[in-house]
Amino acid sequence: MRSRKEPEPEPREPRAGVSRRGFIRGVGISGAVGAGVLEAETQAPAQRPAAKVIGPGPVAITLQVNGKPYPVTVEPRTTLLDTLRDRLGLTGAKKVCDRGACGSCTVLIGGKAVYACNIFAVEAQGKEIQTIEGLTADAKPHPIVKAFVENDAQQCGYCTTGFVMTTKAFLDKNPNPTFEQVEEGLAGNLCRCGTYMGLRRAVLQAAKEMKGGSHA
Amino acid sequence: MPNTPDYSWPAPEKRRVIGKRQLRLDGVAKASGRATYSSDVQRPGMLHGAILTCPYAHARVTGIDTSAAEKMRGVASIELMAKPGEEIQYAGYEVAAVAAESCQIARDALKAIKVEYERLPHFVNEQDLKGAGSNAKPSGEQVTGDPDQAFKEADVTSEGFYGVPVLNHSTLEPHGQVTEWKGDQLDYWPTTQAISSVGGELAKLLEIPATNVHSRMDAVGGGFGSKFSPDRWGPAGAMLSKKAKGRPVKLFLDRSTELQIAGNRPSYFAKIKLGAKKDGTLTVWDSESFGTGGFGGTTAPPIPYVFRKVPNLRLVHTSVSINAAMQKAWRAPNNPQASYLTCCALEDLAAKLNMDPVEFFDKNAGLTNYPAVYRAQLHKAAELAEWSKLWHPRGQSDSGPVKRGLGIGFNTWFGLGHPSNCRTTIHSDGSIEVELGSQDLGTGTRTVIAMVAAETLGVPVTAVKVKIGDSAYPESGASGGSTTVGGVSASTRKSTMNALAKLFETVAPNLGVEPGELESADGRIQVKGTPSKGLSWKAACRKLGTRTITEMGVNNQRGPGGLISGGVAGVQIADVNVDVETGVVRMNRLVAVQDCGLVVNPRTAESQVFGACIMSICGALMEERIMDTQTGRVLNDSYDYYKLAGAGDIGQIIVYLNTEPEYDKRGVIGLGEPPVVGGLAAIGNAVANAIGVRVSVLPLTPDKVLAALEGRNA
Repeated sequence: MRSRKEPEPEPREPRAGVSRRGFIRGVGISGAVGAGVLEAETQAPAQRPAAKVIGPGPVAITLQVNGKPYPVTVEPRTTLLDTLRDRLGLTGAKKVCDRGACGSCTVLIGGKAVYACNIFAVEAQGKEIQTIEGLTADAKPHPIVKAFVENDAQQCGYCTTGFVMTTKAFLDKNPNPTFEQVEEGLAGNLCRCGTYMGLRRAVLQAAKEMKGGSHA
Repeated sequence: MPNTPDYSWPAPEKRRVIGKRQLRLDGVAKASGRATYSSDVQRPGMLHGAILTCPYAHARVTGIDTSAAEKMRGVASIELMAKPGEEIQYAGYEVAAVAAESCQIARDALKAIKVEYERLPHFVNEQDLKGAGSNAKPSGEQVTGDPDQAFKEADVTSEGFYGVPVLNHSTLEPHGQVTEWKGDQLDYWPTTQAISSVGGELAKLLEIPATNVHSRMDAVGGGFGSKFSPDRWGPAGAMLSKKAKGRPVKLFLDRSTELQIAGNRPSYFAKIKLGAKKDGTLTVWDSESFGTGGFGGTTAPPIPYVFRKVPNLRLVHTSVSINAAMQKAWRAPNNPQASYLTCCALEDLAAKLNMDPVEFFDKNAGLTNYPAVYRAQLHKAAELAEWSKLWHPRGQSDSGPVKRGLGIGFNTWFGLGHPSNCRTTIHSDGSIEVELGSQDLGTGTRTVIAMVAAETLGVPVTAVKVKIGDSAYPESGASGGSTTVGGVSASTRKSTMNALAKLFETVAPNLGVEPGELESADGRIQVKGTPSKGLSWKAACRKLGTRTITEMGVNNQRGPGGLISGGVAGVQIADVNVDVETGVVRMNRLVAVQDCGLVVNPRTAESQVFGACIMSICGALMEERIMDTQTGRVLNDSYDYYKLAGAGDIGQIIVYLNTEPEYDKRGVIGLGEPPVVGGLAAIGNAVANAIGVRVSVLPLTPDKVLAALEGRNA
């Protein structure tokens, strides 16, 4: 019922290789292009340096995921989520709504929580992407994971990785949240089994445990 | 067998593991993204599937042309799921499936398939009984006692209309599967509530021997009653794979299709008239109900619910068939709706009698199957909800725009245990495997199995390797009807006790005692009462030499041993705030008092009840499948418009599990369904209590609340 988190704000400066304008020209405005893109287009400065047009065929890109480069060839219309799951074998981010409404595919880009179904892989080039696999690479459970388990903040678990990533981004920004702030902070993610009782407690516990220590 | 072990549960004071708040064993794997759901399965050379669905609610297929799609680069195979000439009865019906090198190409291919339809008239609004024509099928009148006379004699009567719309199961992991052929053998990774049987069901549809299908699944992303069968996409996926020379095919529904056809529960509406004596004794019930389970209609709801023994009854039900996907079992099938219809009508009667509902329900508890249990639960729930402090007669709230109200809902469920076979293997190195063809829906089944085994064998929970989710393991029932914990805990108890008896036989001669004199405790096999005379678990198992112990345990539903039981009661009280200016309802608190027999793991049991309460909040305040009468389609086939509660929408939830000795001694009883039943009524009644008028039909959205306040229909 609360407002969901907004998609990653559109970059203002053109990037090497692809610009929003050039990209749209390349593939045409299809149903797959979200409202965020259209807004960015209308708000973009009138004059931009000419950019290379890519697509609609597959293009070779490199994604920086969990500190490692992943070269991959994708069609420009491929979402970051489909690329992570189908091409890079990183299935921790789940495909649930595929339309930026549920948060199950949340990853961090430059430390901010982003719905991986809501951006294209080509847009994520040159950015530091962190997935649940990166956050939980250590054998020792991450403090957020530990807090989730100790508060039984999961049942079927399909939404859980998204909640863990959201919690990471949220606590990085709000290290001392109140209960109400936790409710707000989790508002961009949905759970069907009904694990919010444990989730809210888990986030508060993780906040306490992460204080003073630096965690990847 | 001379030494049949005593399988009964240890006395409460002797339990080391059972009853402790054990952490979920697969918790770290799931929260870290390491658990593999079937939708996460990656196979070499895997193709991606997509399904083309019918856009019309009622149509005849006159032609399907796949030639353009077949020629597309990257398309591997196409399978028709509807035949030319076939009459389609709902939008979202599967017409064709494609497997391609990527999901993008598969979707392109769907667009290239040309399907011609002859459109036929549709009917999707079950509330339009006049327009339903032959789609509405009234049942005969069911009469008990003399309702007419009872109404004449009643001191007070009350009449109202109540309704619960169709809801979607809305599992977060969509329905679907990965299929891969190796020769005539099919590897099948479904997302299912029935790993032991779903492969055999698929084999039947494919007309191959059941032995040729191997089903596996490590984790399932929600089921709630919608994932028992292979559905139509199971065989379609297998055929796509077969046509692509056996290459693996991942075929899962997209969210729109999921919310149109993957599972829904029936709607129920009822006009209910009640009569009572001045003292509040309910004497007569008269209801005309109707509802739909999609195409084919639905059966009558179990009303009056819980208060079954009303002496004078008249019941009429009309089943309405609409052009929408067929219903599936939804967590406590028909019970939440029946509870809402019944408990709302009863609280309206209590209001008419100027009676406190706690007093009213207490007065009428004799009409239930468990009067003493319900009375005790009612007063416990009232205490936890601060009823005596917070409740006020209907409508007499504070003068400000935000009104507070409390309301009550009741539940019941049966439970027992499904048939289950468990195989325990003890190796000579001391390691322990427990294997069952069961599944963990997120309820904590894996953890419960390990706890029961650890309790029996006297070892730590982490020493037990639980293997589930594979059709190669001994058959265990489908997870439905709250029968899993009963089934697996009984079979695991028996299997581990049988294995332990064998270990005792091996070790006894070494200790110079009879096997019957031994016990297993704290990681040791020892003479009862003489801990010094014994061996460590490892040393005992080493005596097996080159042998292993493998023993079965069977639960055959009503088997002896007193391990499990069925038949529970529960009471829920909701506490809400309603803003009469905006119509917005906010949860303050939901109290759930629940009986569920012996509680194996209080931590996950409590989570089950929390989850059930939250599902009730969703159903009471926001969830509803909306059909467009013009197009016949589901209007809200996305999470933007099919609303679920978020973390800030639930208020506080208080769970009280009845673990008193008289409940505990009944044995294990499942908990998945009962707590999801009473919340709708509790919240509906709380809103009526807050604002002084009944909002008839769920969900209690602001438009309906405001309309009820203004005395008109929303």
